[in-house]
Amino acid sequence: MTKTTEILRITNLAKSFYLHNPGLVIESCHDINLTLLEGEFIGIVGRSGAGKSTILKCINRSYLPMRGDIIYASEAFGPINLAAASEREILYLRRHEIGYVSQFLNVMPRTTAKEHVMSALVDQSMDAAGSEVKAEAMLRYFQLPESLWGIYPATFSGGERLRLNLAHAMVKEPRLLLLDEPTASLDNKTKLLVRDILKKLKGANTSMIGIFHDIEFMEGVCDQVFNINEGRIAS
Amino acid sequence: MYLNETPVLSIRDLTVRYGKGCSACSGRADNRDKNRCIACGTVWATDGISLDVYPGEVLGIVGESGSGKTTLMRALYFDFVPSFGSAVLRDYEDGQKNIWEASSAAQRMIKNTVMGMVYQNPVLGLRMNYSAASNIAEKIIAAGSRNAGQMTGRAMELLDAVEISTSRMSEAPKNFSGGMQQRVQISKALANNPALLLLDEVTTGLDLSVQAKVLDLIRKIKALYGISILLVSHDLAVIRMLADRTIVMLDGAIIESGLTDQILEDPQQAYTQQLVHSLI
Repeated sequence: MTKTTEILRITNLAKSFYLHNPGLVIESCHDINLTLLEGEFIGIVGRSGAGKSTILKCINRSYLPMRGDIIYASEAFGPINLAAASEREILYLRRHEIGYVSQFLNVMPRTTAKEHVMSALVDQSMDAAGSEVKAEAMLRYFQLPESLWGIYPATFSGGERLRLNLAHAMVKEPRLLLLDEPTASLDNKTKLLVRDILKKLKGANTSMIGIFHDIEFMEGVCDQVFNINEGRIAS
Repeated sequence: MYLNETPVLSIRDLTVRYGKGCSACSGRADNRDKNRCIACGTVWATDGISLDVYPGEVLGIVGESGSGKTTLMRALYFDFVPSFGSAVLRDYEDGQKNIWEASSAAQRMIKNTVMGMVYQNPVLGLRMNYSAASNIAEKIIAAGSRNAGQMTGRAMELLDAVEISTSRMSEAPKNFSGGMQQRVQISKALANNPALLLLDEVTTGLDLSVQAKVLDLIRKIKALYGISILLVSHDLAVIRMLADRTIVMLDGAIIESGLTDQILEDPQQAYTQQLVHSLI
Protein backbone atom coordinates (compact mmCIF):
# COMPACT_ATOMS: atom_id res chain seq x y z
CA MET A 1 0.00 0.00 0.00
CA THR A 2 1.43 3.42 -0.90
CA LYS A 3 1.47 6.09 1.76
CA THR A 4 -0.34 9.25 0.80
CA THR A 5 -1.69 10.94 3.90
CA GLU A 6 0.31 14.02 4.85
CA ILE A 7 0.98 14.40 8.54
CA LEU A 8 3.31 17.42 8.39
CA ARG A 9 3.98 20.06 5.75
CA ILE A 10 6.56 22.77 6.30
CA THR A 11 6.61 25.71 3.89
CA ASN A 12 9.17 28.52 3.76
CA LEU A 13 10.17 28.10 7.37
CA ALA A 14 12.74 30.63 8.57
CA LYS A 15 14.25 31.21 11.98
CA SER A 16 16.78 33.73 13.17
CA PHE A 17 17.78 34.86 16.63
CA TYR A 18 18.22 38.45 17.70
CA LEU A 19 20.69 38.75 20.56
CA HIS A 20 20.17 42.09 22.30
CA ASN A 21 23.65 41.93 23.71
CA PRO A 22 25.73 42.51 21.52
CA GLY A 23 22.90 43.45 19.13
CA LEU A 24 23.41 40.68 16.63
CA VAL A 25 21.14 38.70 14.32
CA ILE A 26 22.01 35.02 13.97
CA GLU A 27 20.45 33.42 10.90
CA SER A 28 19.71 29.80 11.65
CA CYS A 29 17.58 28.37 8.85
CA HIS A 30 15.51 29.67 5.96
CA ASP A 31 13.45 28.47 3.00
CA ILE A 32 12.85 25.13 4.62
CA ASN A 33 10.21 23.09 2.78
CA LEU A 34 9.42 19.49 3.50
CA THR A 35 6.49 17.12 3.61
CA LEU A 36 6.19 14.09 5.86
CA LEU A 37 3.66 11.39 5.03
CA GLU A 38 2.06 9.20 7.66
CA GLY A 39 4.36 6.35 8.69
CA GLU A 40 7.34 7.92 6.91
CA PHE A 41 10.80 8.57 8.34
CA ILE A 42 12.68 11.70 7.29
CA GLY A 43 16.38 11.89 8.10
CA ILE A 44 18.11 15.26 8.41
CA VAL A 45 21.89 15.49 8.10
CA GLY A 46 24.37 18.32 8.03
CA ARG A 47 27.34 19.83 9.81
CA SER A 48 27.17 21.15 13.37
CA GLY A 49 25.56 24.58 13.38
CA ALA A 50 23.88 24.05 10.01
CA GLY A 51 20.42 24.58 11.49
CA LYS A 52 19.18 21.01 11.84
CA SER A 53 18.02 21.19 15.44
CA THR A 54 16.42 24.57 14.77
CA ILE A 55 13.96 22.93 12.38
CA LEU A 56 13.00 20.30 14.94
CA LYS A 57 12.69 22.87 17.73
CA CYS A 58 10.47 25.05 15.55
CA ILE A 59 8.15 22.06 15.01
CA ASN A 60 8.14 21.46 18.77
CA ARG A 61 7.75 25.23 19.30
CA SER A 62 10.68 25.36 21.70
CA TYR A 63 11.74 28.03 19.20
CA LEU A 64 9.40 30.66 17.80
CA PRO A 65 9.50 30.48 13.98
CA MET A 66 9.94 33.89 12.31
CA ARG A 67 8.31 33.06 8.97
CA GLY A 68 6.60 30.17 7.27
CA ASP A 69 3.98 27.57 8.16
CA ILE A 70 4.21 24.21 9.88
CA ILE A 71 0.92 22.50 9.15
CA TYR A 72 0.38 19.39 11.23
CA ALA A 73 -2.60 17.08 10.67
CA SER A 74 -3.75 16.76 14.27
CA GLU A 75 -6.11 14.06 15.39
CA ALA A 76 -7.75 16.42 17.88
CA PHE A 77 -7.74 19.74 16.05
CA GLY A 78 -7.50 18.83 12.35
CA PRO A 79 -4.91 20.76 10.31
CA ILE A 80 -3.16 23.18 12.66
CA ASN A 81 -0.27 25.58 12.06
CA LEU A 82 2.26 24.83 14.78
CA ALA A 83 4.02 28.11 14.03
CA ALA A 84 0.94 30.05 15.13
CA ALA A 85 -1.05 27.71 17.42
CA SER A 86 -1.87 28.86 20.95
CA GLU A 87 0.34 27.78 23.83
CA ARG A 88 -2.50 25.70 25.25
CA GLU A 89 -2.93 23.88 21.92
CA ILE A 90 0.81 23.16 21.73
CA LEU A 91 0.77 21.82 25.29
CA TYR A 92 -2.14 19.54 24.41
CA LEU A 93 -0.34 18.25 21.29
CA ARG A 94 2.87 17.60 23.23
CA ARG A 95 0.92 15.69 25.83
CA HIS A 96 -1.01 13.56 23.34
CA GLU A 97 0.30 13.62 19.78
CA ILE A 98 3.87 14.87 19.35
CA GLY A 99 6.93 13.37 21.04
CA TYR A 100 10.37 14.96 21.24
CA VAL A 101 13.44 12.92 22.05
CA SER A 102 17.00 14.08 22.56
CA GLN A 103 20.02 12.53 24.21
CA PHE A 104 19.63 14.80 27.22
CA LEU A 105 17.75 13.94 30.37
CA ASN A 106 15.00 16.19 31.58
CA VAL A 107 13.83 14.45 34.71
CA MET A 108 12.44 15.82 37.96
CA PRO A 109 14.80 15.34 40.89
CA ARG A 110 14.12 12.21 42.95
CA THR A 111 12.20 10.56 40.14
CA THR A 112 13.02 6.99 39.19
CA ALA A 113 13.18 5.79 35.59
CA LYS A 114 9.81 4.07 35.89
CA GLU A 115 8.15 7.05 37.57
CA HIS A 116 9.50 9.26 34.81
CA VAL A 117 7.84 7.17 32.12
CA MET A 118 4.64 6.93 34.20
CA SER A 119 4.54 10.73 34.55
CA ALA A 120 3.89 11.08 30.81
CA LEU A 121 0.70 9.04 31.28
CA VAL A 122 -0.30 10.75 34.49
CA ASP A 123 -0.12 14.01 32.49
CA GLN A 124 -2.71 12.45 30.19
CA SER A 125 -4.85 11.81 33.30
CA MET A 126 -4.32 8.06 33.34
CA ASP A 127 -4.56 6.44 36.79
CA ALA A 128 -1.45 5.22 38.62
CA ALA A 129 -2.10 1.48 38.23
CA GLY A 130 -2.79 1.70 34.50
CA SER A 131 0.20 3.91 33.86
CA GLU A 132 2.49 1.58 35.79
CA VAL A 133 1.55 -1.39 33.62
CA LYS A 134 2.05 0.59 30.42
CA ALA A 135 5.30 2.17 31.60
CA GLU A 136 6.77 -1.23 32.42
CA ALA A 137 5.77 -2.61 29.03
CA MET A 138 7.42 0.37 27.34
CA LEU A 139 10.66 0.06 29.33
CA ARG A 140 10.79 -3.61 28.39
CA TYR A 141 10.11 -2.77 24.74
CA PHE A 142 13.07 -0.39 24.67
CA GLN A 143 15.22 -2.97 26.46
CA LEU A 144 16.07 -0.96 29.53
CA PRO A 145 17.21 -3.56 32.08
CA GLU A 146 14.65 -4.11 34.82
CA SER A 147 17.32 -3.58 37.47
CA LEU A 148 17.43 0.11 36.44
CA TRP A 149 13.72 0.87 36.68
CA GLY A 150 13.80 1.90 40.31
CA ILE A 151 16.93 4.04 39.99
CA TYR A 152 17.31 7.82 39.51
CA PRO A 153 18.41 8.17 35.88
CA ALA A 154 21.10 10.80 36.59
CA THR A 155 23.56 7.89 36.82
CA PHE A 156 22.51 6.29 33.51
CA SER A 157 24.86 5.87 30.56
CA GLY A 158 24.15 7.66 27.27
CA GLY A 159 22.44 4.64 25.74
CA GLU A 160 20.32 4.02 28.82
CA ARG A 161 19.27 7.70 28.93
CA LEU A 162 18.25 7.59 25.31
CA ARG A 163 16.19 4.45 25.78
CA LEU A 164 14.51 6.05 28.79
CA ASN A 165 13.78 9.20 26.77
CA LEU A 166 12.32 7.07 23.98
CA ALA A 167 10.16 5.18 26.46
CA HIS A 168 8.98 8.48 27.98
CA ALA A 169 8.06 9.84 24.55
CA MET A 170 6.58 6.66 23.08
CA VAL A 171 4.43 5.63 26.03
CA LYS A 172 2.09 8.46 24.99
CA GLU A 173 1.74 6.77 21.60
CA PRO A 174 2.53 9.95 19.67
CA ARG A 175 1.65 10.15 15.99
CA LEU A 176 4.71 12.27 15.27
CA LEU A 177 8.11 11.67 16.82
CA LEU A 178 10.94 14.22 16.63
CA LEU A 179 14.41 12.78 17.23
CA ASP A 180 17.16 15.30 17.95
CA GLU A 181 20.47 13.49 17.36
CA PRO A 182 19.43 10.36 19.23
CA THR A 183 22.58 8.48 18.26
CA ALA A 184 25.11 11.19 19.08
CA SER A 185 27.72 10.02 21.58
CA LEU A 186 26.62 6.38 21.48
CA ASP A 187 28.93 3.51 20.68
CA ASN A 188 28.31 1.46 17.55
CA LYS A 189 26.62 -1.42 19.31
CA THR A 190 24.15 0.90 21.03
CA LYS A 191 23.58 2.77 17.78
CA LEU A 192 22.54 -0.49 16.14
CA LEU A 193 20.15 -1.14 19.00
CA VAL A 194 18.64 2.35 18.52
CA ARG A 195 18.34 1.67 14.80
CA ASP A 196 16.46 -1.56 15.49
CA ILE A 197 14.16 0.29 17.87
CA LEU A 198 13.46 3.01 15.30
CA LYS A 199 12.77 0.32 12.69
CA LYS A 200 10.31 -1.24 15.08
CA LEU A 201 8.58 2.12 15.62
CA LYS A 202 8.41 2.65 11.88
CA GLY A 203 6.87 -0.78 11.52
CA ALA A 204 4.21 0.39 13.96
CA ASN A 205 3.42 3.32 11.59
CA THR A 206 4.93 6.12 13.69
CA SER A 207 5.82 9.17 11.58
CA MET A 208 9.31 10.41 12.42
CA ILE A 209 11.79 13.17 11.68
CA GLY A 210 15.28 12.52 12.98
CA ILE A 211 18.61 14.32 12.96
CA PHE A 212 21.64 12.09 12.52
CA HIS A 213 25.32 12.86 12.34
CA ASP A 214 25.98 9.42 11.00
CA ILE A 215 23.20 8.81 8.54
CA GLU A 216 24.87 5.65 7.23
CA PHE A 217 23.56 3.94 10.34
CA MET A 218 20.05 4.76 9.27
CA GLU A 219 20.29 3.18 5.84
CA GLY A 220 17.14 1.34 5.03
CA VAL A 221 15.18 3.18 7.71
CA CYS A 222 14.80 6.67 6.19
CA ASP A 223 12.37 7.28 3.34
CA GLN A 224 13.80 10.72 2.57
CA VAL A 225 17.09 12.34 3.57
CA PHE A 226 17.60 16.11 3.64
CA ASN A 227 21.02 17.64 3.82
CA ILE A 228 21.04 21.02 5.58
CA ASN A 229 23.86 23.35 4.67
CA GLU A 230 24.08 26.90 6.04
CA GLY A 231 20.43 26.88 7.03
CA ARG A 232 19.08 25.66 3.69
CA ILE A 233 18.13 22.29 2.29
CA ALA A 234 21.01 21.37 -0.02
CA SER A 235 19.72 18.11 -1.44
CA MET B 1 -11.92 19.48 18.48
CA TYR B 2 -11.60 23.00 19.64
CA LEU B 3 -9.82 23.76 22.88
CA ASN B 4 -12.57 25.37 24.90
CA GLU B 5 -11.29 25.96 28.39
CA THR B 6 -12.48 28.34 31.06
CA PRO B 7 -9.55 29.78 33.00
CA VAL B 8 -9.54 29.09 36.73
CA LEU B 9 -8.30 32.64 37.22
CA SER B 10 -8.30 35.66 34.92
CA ILE B 11 -6.55 38.87 35.92
CA ARG B 12 -6.95 42.04 33.89
CA ASP B 13 -4.91 45.20 34.26
CA LEU B 14 -3.81 44.65 37.84
CA THR B 15 -2.09 47.82 39.00
CA VAL B 16 -0.69 48.44 42.46
CA ARG B 17 0.94 51.79 42.97
CA TYR B 18 2.30 53.52 46.02
CA GLY B 19 1.77 57.25 45.62
CA LYS B 20 -0.80 59.30 43.74
CA GLY B 21 0.70 59.08 40.29
CA CYS B 22 0.92 62.10 38.00
CA SER B 23 0.46 62.94 34.35
CA ALA B 24 4.13 62.12 33.77
CA CYS B 25 3.94 58.51 34.90
CA SER B 26 0.32 57.36 34.52
CA GLY B 27 0.05 54.89 31.67
CA ARG B 28 3.62 55.44 30.49
CA ALA B 29 6.77 53.69 31.53
CA ASP B 30 9.24 56.05 29.87
CA ASN B 31 9.18 58.63 32.66
CA ARG B 32 10.22 56.15 35.29
CA ASP B 33 13.44 55.06 36.82
CA LYS B 34 12.72 51.31 36.87
CA ASN B 35 9.25 51.41 38.45
CA ARG B 36 9.49 54.78 40.20
CA CYS B 37 8.20 57.99 38.61
CA ILE B 38 10.97 60.54 38.14
CA ALA B 39 8.54 63.45 38.56
CA CYS B 40 6.30 62.50 41.49
CA GLY B 41 8.08 59.56 43.13
CA THR B 42 5.14 57.17 42.79
CA VAL B 43 6.20 53.52 42.80
CA TRP B 44 4.31 51.28 40.34
CA ALA B 45 4.71 47.89 42.05
CA THR B 46 2.65 46.22 39.33
CA ASP B 47 1.41 48.01 36.26
CA GLY B 48 -1.30 46.58 34.02
CA ILE B 49 -0.77 42.88 34.68
CA SER B 50 -3.15 40.59 32.75
CA LEU B 51 -2.96 36.81 32.79
CA ASP B 52 -5.04 33.61 32.71
CA VAL B 53 -4.45 30.41 34.63
CA TYR B 54 -6.03 27.32 33.06
CA PRO B 55 -7.29 24.18 34.81
CA GLY B 56 -4.52 21.84 35.93
CA GLU B 57 -1.65 23.98 34.69
CA VAL B 58 1.34 25.44 36.44
CA LEU B 59 1.93 29.04 35.39
CA GLY B 60 5.42 30.20 36.30
CA ILE B 61 6.30 33.82 37.04
CA VAL B 62 9.95 34.84 36.95
CA GLY B 63 11.61 38.19 37.40
CA GLU B 64 14.21 39.93 39.50
CA SER B 65 13.66 41.11 43.06
CA GLY B 66 11.32 44.09 43.04
CA SER B 67 9.71 43.19 39.71
CA GLY B 68 6.27 42.86 41.32
CA LYS B 69 5.91 39.08 41.59
CA THR B 70 5.05 38.97 45.28
CA THR B 71 2.83 42.06 44.98
CA LEU B 72 0.79 40.18 42.40
CA MET B 73 0.47 37.12 44.65
CA ARG B 74 -0.41 39.08 47.75
CA ALA B 75 -3.00 41.17 45.95
CA LEU B 76 -4.61 37.91 44.82
CA TYR B 77 -4.71 36.67 48.38
CA PHE B 78 -6.33 39.93 49.53
CA ASP B 79 -3.36 41.00 51.62
CA PHE B 80 -4.01 44.48 50.24
CA VAL B 81 -6.34 46.20 47.80
CA PRO B 82 -4.94 46.93 44.32
CA SER B 83 -5.16 50.43 42.86
CA PHE B 84 -6.96 49.21 39.72
CA GLY B 85 -7.76 46.04 37.89
CA SER B 86 -10.01 43.03 38.10
CA ALA B 87 -9.69 39.34 38.78
CA VAL B 88 -12.33 36.68 38.35
CA LEU B 89 -12.33 33.09 39.55
CA ARG B 90 -14.16 30.26 37.79
CA ASP B 91 -15.29 28.99 41.19
CA TYR B 92 -16.64 32.29 42.51
CA GLU B 93 -19.91 33.67 41.09
CA ASP B 94 -19.22 31.77 37.85
CA GLY B 95 -16.37 34.12 37.02
CA GLN B 96 -18.74 37.07 36.73
CA LYS B 97 -17.64 39.11 39.70
CA ASN B 98 -14.38 40.99 40.35
CA ILE B 99 -12.99 39.43 43.52
CA TRP B 100 -11.39 42.71 44.57
CA GLU B 101 -14.85 44.27 44.73
CA ALA B 102 -16.31 41.40 46.78
CA SER B 103 -17.32 41.96 50.42
CA SER B 104 -14.73 41.05 53.02
CA ALA B 105 -16.88 38.07 54.03
CA ALA B 106 -16.87 36.86 50.43
CA GLN B 107 -13.12 37.39 50.22
CA ARG B 108 -12.63 35.31 53.35
CA MET B 109 -14.82 32.61 51.82
CA ILE B 110 -12.68 32.66 48.65
CA LYS B 111 -9.47 32.35 50.69
CA ASN B 112 -10.96 29.51 52.69
CA THR B 113 -12.50 27.48 49.90
CA VAL B 114 -11.06 28.38 46.48
CA MET B 115 -7.44 29.35 47.06
CA GLY B 116 -4.42 28.22 49.03
CA MET B 117 -1.34 30.36 49.58
CA VAL B 118 2.22 29.44 50.50
CA TYR B 119 4.34 32.43 51.41
CA GLN B 120 8.09 32.71 50.96
CA ASN B 121 8.27 33.50 54.66
CA PRO B 122 6.51 30.76 56.71
CA VAL B 123 5.85 33.27 59.51
CA LEU B 124 3.22 34.88 57.27
CA GLY B 125 1.44 31.62 56.53
CA LEU B 126 1.62 29.74 59.82
CA ARG B 127 0.76 30.32 63.43
CA MET B 128 4.15 29.48 64.81
CA ASN B 129 3.04 28.78 68.38
CA TYR B 130 0.12 26.51 67.50
CA SER B 131 0.69 22.87 66.65
CA ALA B 132 1.13 21.76 63.04
CA ALA B 133 -2.20 19.91 63.28
CA SER B 134 -4.00 22.98 64.63
CA ASN B 135 -2.65 25.06 61.78
CA ILE B 136 -4.26 22.65 59.35
CA ALA B 137 -7.43 22.35 61.41
CA GLU B 138 -7.78 26.13 61.40
CA LYS B 139 -8.03 26.10 57.63
CA ILE B 140 -10.49 23.17 57.64
CA ILE B 141 -12.68 24.91 60.23
CA ALA B 142 -12.57 28.11 58.20
CA ALA B 143 -13.84 26.12 55.24
CA GLY B 144 -16.86 25.08 57.30
CA SER B 145 -16.10 21.68 58.83
CA ARG B 146 -16.76 21.08 62.52
CA ASN B 147 -16.05 17.36 62.87
CA ALA B 148 -12.96 17.01 65.09
CA GLY B 149 -12.36 13.35 64.23
CA GLN B 150 -12.40 14.01 60.50
CA MET B 151 -10.11 16.97 61.02
CA THR B 152 -7.46 14.92 62.78
CA GLY B 153 -7.66 12.32 60.04
CA ARG B 154 -7.30 14.94 57.35
CA ALA B 155 -4.38 16.62 59.16
CA MET B 156 -2.62 13.26 59.39
CA GLU B 157 -3.24 12.56 55.72
CA LEU B 158 -1.92 15.99 54.69
CA LEU B 159 1.18 15.86 56.89
CA ASP B 160 1.85 12.38 55.60
CA ALA B 161 1.60 13.70 52.03
CA VAL B 162 4.31 16.29 52.77
CA GLU B 163 6.42 13.68 54.57
CA ILE B 164 6.16 15.10 58.07
CA SER B 165 5.99 12.38 60.65
CA THR B 166 2.60 12.35 62.35
CA SER B 167 4.45 11.86 65.64
CA ARG B 168 5.35 15.54 65.36
CA MET B 169 1.92 16.84 64.43
CA SER B 170 1.21 18.22 67.90
CA GLU B 171 4.44 20.17 67.89
CA ALA B 172 4.52 23.87 67.01
CA PRO B 173 6.15 24.85 63.68
CA LYS B 174 8.50 27.21 65.51
CA ASN B 175 10.42 24.06 66.51
CA PHE B 176 10.68 22.90 62.88
CA SER B 177 13.40 23.48 60.31
CA GLY B 178 12.73 25.91 57.44
CA GLY B 179 12.02 23.07 55.01
CA MET B 180 9.56 21.45 57.42
CA GLN B 181 7.80 24.77 58.03
CA GLN B 182 7.45 25.20 54.29
CA ARG B 183 5.94 21.72 54.00
CA VAL B 184 3.49 22.40 56.85
CA GLN B 185 2.50 25.57 54.99
CA ILE B 186 1.87 23.54 51.85
CA SER B 187 -0.27 21.01 53.70
CA LYS B 188 -2.22 23.86 55.32
CA ALA B 189 -2.76 25.47 51.91
CA LEU B 190 -4.07 22.14 50.56
CA ALA B 191 -6.39 21.47 53.49
CA ASN B 192 -9.50 22.84 51.78
CA ASN B 193 -8.85 21.21 48.37
CA PRO B 194 -8.32 24.55 46.65
CA ALA B 195 -8.77 24.92 42.89
CA LEU B 196 -5.87 27.36 42.81
CA LEU B 197 -2.63 27.23 44.74
CA LEU B 198 -0.42 30.31 45.01
CA LEU B 199 3.23 29.42 45.65
CA ASP B 200 5.58 32.32 46.35
CA GLU B 201 9.26 31.31 46.23
CA VAL B 202 8.52 28.11 48.13
CA THR B 203 11.95 26.59 47.59
CA THR B 204 14.04 29.69 48.15
CA GLY B 205 16.49 29.28 50.99
CA LEU B 206 16.01 25.52 51.29
CA ASP B 207 18.93 23.17 50.86
CA LEU B 208 19.00 21.06 47.69
CA SER B 209 17.66 17.80 49.11
CA VAL B 210 14.75 19.56 50.83
CA GLN B 211 14.17 21.59 47.69
CA ALA B 212 13.92 18.35 45.69
CA LYS B 213 11.43 17.05 48.26
CA VAL B 214 9.24 20.15 47.92
CA LEU B 215 9.42 20.08 44.11
CA ASP B 216 8.52 16.41 44.11
CA LEU B 217 5.62 17.19 46.41
CA ILE B 218 4.30 19.98 44.19
CA ARG B 219 4.50 17.72 41.14
CA LYS B 220 2.61 14.96 42.95
CA ILE B 221 -0.04 17.40 44.20
CA LYS B 222 -0.58 18.65 40.69
CA ALA B 223 -0.93 15.14 39.28
CA LEU B 224 -3.08 13.88 42.14
CA TYR B 225 -5.51 16.75 42.66
CA GLY B 226 -5.37 18.47 39.25
CA ILE B 227 -4.88 21.79 41.00
CA SER B 228 -3.88 24.89 39.06
CA ILE B 229 -0.76 26.52 40.42
CA LEU B 230 0.61 30.04 40.15
CA LEU B 231 4.29 29.59 40.87
CA VAL B 232 6.53 32.55 41.59
CA SER B 233 10.24 31.84 41.60
CA HIS B 234 13.45 33.53 40.63
CA ASP B 235 15.01 30.07 40.27
CA LEU B 236 14.81 29.14 36.60
CA ALA B 237 15.56 25.48 37.35
CA VAL B 238 12.40 25.31 39.48
CA ILE B 239 10.39 26.99 36.75
CA ARG B 240 11.80 24.63 34.10
CA MET B 241 10.88 21.59 36.18
CA LEU B 242 7.35 22.61 37.06
CA ALA B 243 5.83 25.31 34.87
CA ASP B 244 3.90 24.60 31.67
CA ARG B 245 3.88 28.26 30.68
CA THR B 246 5.94 31.13 32.03
CA ILE B 247 5.54 34.87 32.40
CA VAL B 248 8.54 37.19 32.76
CA MET B 249 8.11 40.34 34.84
CA LEU B 250 10.30 43.42 34.96
CA ASP B 251 9.68 46.69 36.81
CA GLY B 252 6.07 45.78 37.58
CA ALA B 253 5.06 44.77 34.04
CA ILE B 254 4.88 41.54 32.02
CA ILE B 255 7.53 41.80 29.32
CA GLU B 256 7.29 38.32 27.85
CA SER B 257 5.26 35.14 28.13
CA GLY B 258 5.29 31.76 26.44
CA LEU B 259 5.81 28.02 26.77
CA THR B 260 8.42 27.49 29.48
CA ASP B 261 10.94 25.74 27.24
CA GLN B 262 10.50 28.43 24.60
CA ILE B 263 11.14 31.21 27.16
CA LEU B 264 14.29 29.41 28.28
CA GLU B 265 15.60 28.35 24.86
CA ASP B 266 14.45 31.21 22.66
CA PRO B 267 13.93 34.27 24.88
CA GLN B 268 12.92 37.36 22.92
CA GLN B 269 13.40 40.31 25.28
CA ALA B 270 16.76 41.74 26.33
CA TYR B 271 16.05 41.19 30.02
CA THR B 272 14.92 37.58 29.51
CA GLN B 273 17.99 36.83 27.42
CA GLN B 274 20.19 38.27 30.15
CA LEU B 275 18.32 36.24 32.77
CA VAL B 276 18.61 32.97 30.84
CA HIS B 277 22.27 33.57 30.04
CA SER B 278 22.96 34.11 33.72
CA LEU B 279 22.01 30.49 34.42
CA ILE B 280 24.95 28.63 35.86
